[in-house]
Amino acid sequence: MANTQSMCTSFLGELMLGQHQLGTSTIVSRGSLTSPTTDTLKAALYLASATINAATTVYTVTGEVSGTNYTAGGITVTNATAPTSTNASATAGVGYWTASASLVYTTVTLSTAFDTVLIYNSTQSNKAISVHTFSSQTITAGTLTLTMPSNTTTTALLRLATT
Amino acid sequence: MIVTTTKGDMDDSLLEHRTGTIDNENELTVWDEYWLDGELVHRSAHVTLKQSPSFAGGETATF
Repeated sequence: MANTQSMCTSFLGELMLGQHQLGTSTIVSRGSLTSPTTDTLKAALYLASATINAATTVYTVTGEVSGTNYTAGGITVTNATAPTSTNASATAGVGYWTASASLVYTTVTLSTAFDTVLIYNSTQSNKAISVHTFSSQTITAGTLTLTMPSNTTTTALLRLATT
Repeated sequence: MIVTTTKGDMDDSLLEHRTGTIDNENELTVWDEYWLDGELVHRSAHVTLKQSPSFAGGETATF
């Protein structure tokens, strides 16, 4: 099987249910009436042989990489920038969000080829958000850095657009 | 420069350095490898994501 880059389909419906809060905390009724907290997002790596795609609904250990200094579940995503939305016309607009720092897996050894990172919401029962693929890699006593795209209407990590 | 390797920290002058780049519409990836006597002792990769998933086509119903 193979991994496929996509926004997770379940994420779209969960947005309407208010189950994800990216960026700075704004909903006061969420978690606490007085001290709302931003969701914690995480980034897990998957083997090239795994099957992670739009149908993925939650984080899974199946197909996840393993190796020295890599913890199952991956690393925490820096989630300091609130989503932005803007209108391109009276009927078309886009909402977008990008993690506010690179994803860095430091001094790891991941000997089996991997090609995918799954972004998921660990605060909300590990609900899946998006799947990002890249060329197959291995890491040996080294660092994997995933640098985010620019946070714009056309390049942001997540974009929801009307047409 | 000191490099972290499977043999411990080593000076890069003792190692063979290989590097490469993958540049396409999806990503810009630069990888660095250090070899010692034919053995890979360090490999790092820096992946810049260019293309990300988007959902386009949100619609509302008409009455």
